[in-house]
Order: sequence, then C-alpha cells, then structure tokens
Amino acid sequence: MINIMSNKMINILVPVISIILGLLVGAVVMLISGYDPVAGYTALWDGIFGDSYVIGETIRQISPYILAGLAVAFAFRTGLFNIGVEGQLIVGWFAAAYVGMAFELPKIIHLPLALIAAAVAGALWGLIPGILKAKLHVHEVIVTIMMNYIALHVVNALIKTISGGGFKLDRVQPTASLRSDFLSNLTDFSTLHYGIFVALAMVVVMWFILEKTKSGFELKSVGFNENASQYAGMSVNKNIVMAMVISGAFAGLGGAMEALGTFGTISSMGGFTGIGFDGIAVALLGANTPLGVIFGATLFGSLKYGANNMPNAAGIPIEIVSIIIALVIFFVASGYIIRIGLVRLRKNKKEAK
Amino acid sequence: MLDILYFIIPITIASAAPLIFTAIGGVFSERSGVINIGLEGLMIMGAFTGILFNLFFADVLGAWTPWVSLLVAMFVSALFATLHAVASISFRADQVVSGVAINMLGLAIALFSVKMIFGKGQTDFIQQKIPRFNIPFLEDIPIIGPMFFKLVYGSSIIAIAVAFIAWFVIYKTPFGLRLRSVGEHPMAADTMGIKVTKIRYIAVIISGGLAGIGGAVYSQTITNDFGHATINGQGFMALAAMIFGKWHPIGAMGAALFFGFAQALAISSSSIKFLADIPAVYFHIFPYVLTILALAGFLGKANAPKAIGKPYVKGNR
Repeated sequence: MINIMSNKMINILVPVISIILGLLVGAVVMLISGYDPVAGYTALWDGIFGDSYVIGETIRQISPYILAGLAVAFAFRTGLFNIGVEGQLIVGWFAAAYVGMAFELPKIIHLPLALIAAAVAGALWGLIPGILKAKLHVHEVIVTIMMNYIALHVVNALIKTISGGGFKLDRVQPTASLRSDFLSNLTDFSTLHYGIFVALAMVVVMWFILEKTKSGFELKSVGFNENASQYAGMSVNKNIVMAMVISGAFAGLGGAMEALGTFGTISSMGGFTGIGFDGIAVALLGANTPLGVIFGATLFGSLKYGANNMPNAAGIPIEIVSIIIALVIFFVASGYIIRIGLVRLRKNKKEAK
Repeated sequence: MLDILYFIIPITIASAAPLIFTAIGGVFSERSGVINIGLEGLMIMGAFTGILFNLFFADVLGAWTPWVSLLVAMFVSALFATLHAVASISFRADQVVSGVAINMLGLAIALFSVKMIFGKGQTDFIQQKIPRFNIPFLEDIPIIGPMFFKLVYGSSIIAIAVAFIAWFVIYKTPFGLRLRSVGEHPMAADTMGIKVTKIRYIAVIISGGLAGIGGAVYSQTITNDFGHATINGQGFMALAAMIFGKWHPIGAMGAALFFGFAQALAISSSSIKFLADIPAVYFHIFPYVLTILALAGFLGKANAPKAIGKPYVKGNR
C-alpha cells in the first residue's frame, strides 16, 4: 500500500521536477547570455498576472492550448501519436473563419455551425491518417507530419483564391463571433472570449467519452493492448479511426478559438502556429488525462503569453520561453531517469532509517 | 522546352543538395533504430551556426569561410544531436517526443541567439557564399553539359559524393553491417558482441552532423542570412525524402533530387507557359502527398527498419 502511494507520488513528482529543472536551466541560459534571470522571471510573472488585462489575455491563450492538448492526449490514450494537431488546427481555423464570414444566419445557428465546421474539418484531417493506419498499417507519425504541410499550403492557397489574390479573409460576422463584451470589459478590454468555456466543455466531453462510455473503454483498451482488445472482440481498426477523428475534431476546435475569438479571421501563414506542437507538451505534462491537460495548458499557455512582456520589461528575447518549454518536454520524456533517481533517493532514506 | 530545363535543373540541384545531406543523416539514425524527427531542428542549428561563423570569420578566412562554416555547423549540430541520443537511447525517452523537443529547442536557441547578438529578428547577409564551379570536361558535353555541370555549387558536388560514401559505409563496411543489424534486431546484434548503445550514439551523432551541413548549405547558398523562416520545413522534407528513398542512401538522394525538382517547379511555374495555369500549391504539396502514397504502399512497399522507435533494454525479451 505504501509502495503504491509513493508510486503515485512519483508520477506527480516527475512533471513537477521537470518544470523546476526547466526553469532552472532557463535561468542558467539567461545568466550565460548576460541577462538577469530575476528580472526575466519577474517580467514573465508580470506578463502573466500583472494586471487584469494580461490575465484576460493569458486565459485567452490557454483556450487553444487546452484543445490542442486534448487532441494529442486523446489520440495517445488509444496508443496513437498525433503530431498532426498543428495541421488539423489550421484547417479548423480556416473552416471556422470561412463559415463565419460567408454566411448570414442568426447567432444561435451561426456560431454553432462555425464551431461544427471547424471540428469537422479537423476530424477529416485526422480521418486520413486514421484510415491509413487502420487499413494499411502506415505509421501515423509520418503521415500526420506530411498532412501538416499539406494543410498549411492548401489553406494558404484557399485564402488566396477566396479573397481574390489577397492574404486575408474578411472578418467573421458578429453572429459567428466568440468575442464577448462582458469578458472583455471584465479584463480591461483584453481579447478574452467565450472560447475558454468551449475548451473547458471539451475537457468534460473527453472525460465523459473515456470514462463513461463503452467506446471510451474500447479506445483505452486498444491503447493498452491491441492484441488483447482484438481477442476480446473489439474492432481495433474502428477504434483507431475513431480516435484520430475525435482527436482531429478537438484540434479543429482549437483553430476555431483563433478564427472566431482571438483574431476573428484567418491570414496567410508563413509557417506553423506552434500551438499544435505545444499541445504535445501540454498532453505530456498532463499525463494524457483531461484534468492534467488543463494544468499543462495553463502552465504553457501562461508561459507563452507572459513571455511577450520579457523583451520590453527585461530586454530578454521571448524565445527563452520556447527554450524552457522544449527543456521541460525533454525532462518529462526522460522521466525514466528521474524516476530512477527518485526511487534511489527513497531507498537511501529507508536505509538511513 | 530545352530553355525550361536549362532554367529548372540548376535550381533543382541547388534545392536538393541540403535535402540530400539531411536525408542521408536521417538514414544513418533510422537505420540504427532511432527515429529522428529532429532533423528540422538540427538543420536550423546548422543553418544558424553556418551563417554566424561565416559573418564573424569572413575577414580572417576569406574564400575559405563558407567551407569552414560547413565544418563548424557540422560539429555544432552533431553536438546538439547528442542531446537526442542521450534522451532517446540512454534515458529511454520516446524518440518522437525527443525529436519534437529538438525541433523546438533548435529554433528557440537559434532565434534567441540571433536577437541577443544582432538585436533584431534576422542576421546580416553574408559576403562569402559557397562558390560555384564548372566541372571540367563534363561541361563540354552537348546539351546536358551546360544543364548539369556548369556553375554548380561546390556543396552540391559534395552532396552527391556523400550519398555514395554513405552507401559504401552502410553496405560495404563492418560498421555499416553493425549499424543495420542494430536497427533490425538489436538483441541478436548484442548477442554477437556488437555494442548496441555505442553504435546508436554514433549513428545519431552522424545524422546530426550531416543535418548541420545540410542546414548550413541551405543558408549559405539559398537565403544568405538567417531568420525565423530560413529553415521552414526542409528538415521534414528531408525526412520525407529518406522514407521515399526507402531508408537507402542512394534512394534518399534520388528522392531529394525529385523533391528539389518539385520545389524548382513551384518557384518557376508561373514563368513557364504550359505550367502557368497550374496553381503553385500543387507543386508545394507534391512531396508530402507522394510520401504518404509511398508509405501507403501505392508506390512499392517501403519498409522501415524493424527495431525502429524502440529503446534497447539489455536482457529484455
């Protein structure tokens, strides 16, 4: 019993230690580069919690991170590594922006329609690697990476075509917007929008699917052991496709946050948004659980937004936060060695007693 | 028709050279059983170091600058790849996750340093670029001479040579045999006395070095400076070339040349009469679609090394 509890402790300690190590190494990097780490982290803190405006913006930043994290985590629970969240998010962004712009409908239909369009677009983008994995055993990692680039180029081309050679679609109609005067006023006119509630609702949806439905049980079961699931009469192929589709839908909704909330439109992209890749960090830190994803998204979303304050307040390039996030991923991924360290530590303590 | 080829083929070779280096780096790593999604980040490090060294030492080294820069980029990226090796081989981290972290870290470190050193988002332009050569005798061949062998970047010649050297190393030397066996069946290799961990470390470090050269070639022939979008997917395209080339050095070189051709078409399609009507997006997504088709088995079966992605734990069955 004691042993089980301490194992649970270790499971929580690994991400915590990783974050601390990441921040420490970040401080060392700042020191070596001739910056003041204390000023840096103070600027970061102020950039996250400084006043109600930045708090609003931080929460706004967290919303797509939650959805990207859910997307990665959901696929992971079925044993699939969805690196394609980035691409699924981009097609979702485009679909929501297009539906939001092109139609004129009452809000009660228009907004849900735009959200659904984003989810469907993301789901379709996840469907292709899902089918290829299920039917032809093609590794989903490579296919989803390739799908990211296809999404980027296709969406850029679509924006150009639809806008008649421009680099931006028209703004979404107010009837499809997630923007909220109430939330905005509450936070000193930040761009905080209703998206955070959509994101939190999806956390509940993921929890419900995984824990309360038969399909969720099957999905997890396939993730644990494909062969045993097959033997128990589950269709592994069906579950793989379904996991990718639902994962893609979460990612697509992440894009809708940007399309209908933050930016209210879509512009040509020179490169990736990075949200999808950060989603991998979020899911990893959150141990692929719905609740964990909220924590991971809160941490990385806050860091990412707070970093914007670092160049002005401390003269430190914002990339320091990307360095820290990448390091945290390294440390969490290398959890095996941290685990060994912790177990040794525990043994030593016992012997000392 | 010939005019078009005179125009496109040099662009093809120039765009393909960085992909060839990087893809062959990928072949080394993956043949030893370690997935290397981090090629993009390793290329970024190479591109950045190459430009940085070139800018600072151009006065001292003169015409030798770009070549020494390539070497420095190779060393820095090889060192950077050690991080991937330690995490994925010794610490048994998920190789894909570790690769993703390498990509993020590479870009972040490079941009952080650029802003720190130059105080802006991109570096200055380099003055000492990689020189172009006419290849003696071959350039005199009618038609194909001027197409392939006139004003070729020195780095492109090296790239082709590296592909053949890599083929020789992987298929004709004891080290190559060990490399392949470690990637197919590490336990059997271990039983035969091959040090699995050591071989994998070497392979990952080689892949870092080659990707570093690839990045530095790209930045010193095509962009001539370094900024956030200098390397924008070339690493992943090299990964695609490696798969499309079926994890074989010569195949990877062929695929890289083919993808270089697609890039050249994308750049120049608007100025070619019968291609002008085709939107450039088709040329842009072409390499990625092809790779998916290749993996799906529509273009002949591409089989990854058997033990790929799995950490080797001594004594486990």
